[in-house]
Amino acid sequence: MSRVIEIKQLLFRWQCEAQPVLNIDSLVIEAGQRVFIKGPSGSGKSTLLSLLGGVLIPERGEINLLEQRINTLPAGKRDHFRANHIGFIFQMFNLIPYLSVLENVLLPLQFSPPRRARVLHSGTAEDEARRLLSHLDLHEEHVHQSVTALSVGQQQRVAAARALIGRPEIIIADEPTSSLDADRRNAFIELLIRECDTAGNTLLFVSHDSSLERFFDQRIDLREINRAVDNRTEAA
Amino acid sequence: MVPVHQLALKSLWNRRFTASLTLLSIALSVALLLGVERIRVESRNSFANTISGTDLIVGARSGSVQLLLYSVFRIGNATNNVSWQSYQELRKHLDVKWAVPIALGDSHRGFRVMGTTVDYFEHYRYARHKPLEFAAGKPFSELYEAVLGADVAEKLGYQTGSKIVIAHGAGEVSLFKHDNKPFTVTGILRKTGTPLDRTVHVSLRAIEAVHVDWQGGSKMPGLSISAQKAATMDLTPKSITAALFGLQSRVSTFRVQHYINNYPAEPLLAILPGVALQELWDMMGIAEKALLAVSVFVVLVGLIGMITVILTSLNERRREMAILRSVGARPMHILFLISGEAVMLILLGILIGIGLLYGFLFIAQPLIENRFGLFIGIDWPSLYELSLLGILLLVGTVVSIIPGLRAYQYSLADGMTIRI
Repeated sequence: MSRVIEIKQLLFRWQCEAQPVLNIDSLVIEAGQRVFIKGPSGSGKSTLLSLLGGVLIPERGEINLLEQRINTLPAGKRDHFRANHIGFIFQMFNLIPYLSVLENVLLPLQFSPPRRARVLHSGTAEDEARRLLSHLDLHEEHVHQSVTALSVGQQQRVAAARALIGRPEIIIADEPTSSLDADRRNAFIELLIRECDTAGNTLLFVSHDSSLERFFDQRIDLREINRAVDNRTEAA
Repeated sequence: MVPVHQLALKSLWNRRFTASLTLLSIALSVALLLGVERIRVESRNSFANTISGTDLIVGARSGSVQLLLYSVFRIGNATNNVSWQSYQELRKHLDVKWAVPIALGDSHRGFRVMGTTVDYFEHYRYARHKPLEFAAGKPFSELYEAVLGADVAEKLGYQTGSKIVIAHGAGEVSLFKHDNKPFTVTGILRKTGTPLDRTVHVSLRAIEAVHVDWQGGSKMPGLSISAQKAATMDLTPKSITAALFGLQSRVSTFRVQHYINNYPAEPLLAILPGVALQELWDMMGIAEKALLAVSVFVVLVGLIGMITVILTSLNERRREMAILRSVGARPMHILFLISGEAVMLILLGILIGIGLLYGFLFIAQPLIENRFGLFIGIDWPSLYELSLLGILLLVGTVVSIIPGLRAYQYSLADGMTIRI
């Protein structure tokens, strides 16, 4: 099995602060895995996701995604890499308010020719968007709706469809269920996992809520692998 | 490049209320800029066309602008006169096709009275060789008859058949009136937008007639000659103020001018109206430039307003930018998105501004021509106007980079998530 994510000797700190935020010796995630990363606030979770997205670069160490060292790529290439290979779902307000449901789902295809090509290989982009939306329980009546008219749960499912379209290799979900109630939370995770299984994406699910661990194959506690947190705790 | 312009359009549409206000301010400032430019050009043309078809204006020797001012614009007074004898000799020059004498010095309730001959109505041209037309009545034919300019008739409420009395001197309030020799209005001219509208025209002989019992600028005491008696006298003038000359061919203009300027019997000055008008306009050019400068500043204010609106909206749009970043947008895309929005507003503003101007012209053109005698042509934008708009678009595009850069910085700092 190929390594989708491989982090070695990673050190990151904000320029102004002396204390590192992240200090990870090693983190390996293999293709097709469903990984739960447990990270309460303050554990360096957002920083890790920004590093994986190529929006930040580490002070030292390696970040390899799909066996490509991304932290040494120029900024533009990192943006391309993110567009082509990663789908993000965030906590809330994931959607562009002035675009319809369909337009929001199609948005990544504008920035990633490979994902567009993959979608167009098997039909039209709109059909694929509708297919994903219907798999996520959003039907025809929602497709052309304004996203602001949707419930929070529906909005998160639109965000999931947007992350999944064009089958990027990696899906990163950052607390996508924190604004949902328990029933909807479970339903959402099950839908997301089912879609990742069908499409073969590697899923990284980040949350502070350990009750969700049971849905996943692999569980990582960010506080355990991030030595910077220990240092800070000791310092404090 | 990713087609972010669609995003920019949709984003603008989402904020259509504030965007349309911004658009309106730009459109209005563009319309103002173009409107001022139109009026500037047209008033210059109309000014240059105050007199046309006349090849030379001849008066006593003074400055060319001064001669133009008193003979055409009825501003100021002649320093000296041209003797009737010289005038008669000059008009016999082979190259002279027609000549019209004018005599100034009297007034009627603030309006200048000009003595001339009926030939004046035939030969005087204004604008693009437009002849004078009568709104009512006909030229004077009897001694005590007058033809009024359009403004005189309108302001003072005269019609053909009205009786008027002319006064000695050019002031608003005259102490000496030629009240024993009243005039009858026989005609009223159509509005021309030239100083003609503010002139009372009488015959040269009439000027002579009202002054038969005058000498050296004052009434001779004890001597009063009645209107009827004056009419029987020899009313050949001794001198005139100036004369308009039309020549057989334009080629001879400079030859005749040289001849008049070196006329041995009397110091005279002949000027080319076009040249003198240009000289005069150049003296007034400052006002014209000030007007244009003001409208340029209005456009700048419009641009600054737009940039301010976009800058203040940026903070609310950081989330939008972060989402775009997370789906793969580069900071450069964000810059294009925001700057593109500004450029689109400017482009649309220019188009709407042009539309506003033409719409306004279609409605107001006849009104302006009627009211001010200024004809503003509804033509395609001139090259100069297009280059003004081009410069505006260029400056606007450069200015649009400001909010774009600001958004670029935000999006570099925020990445995919906003820490607020």
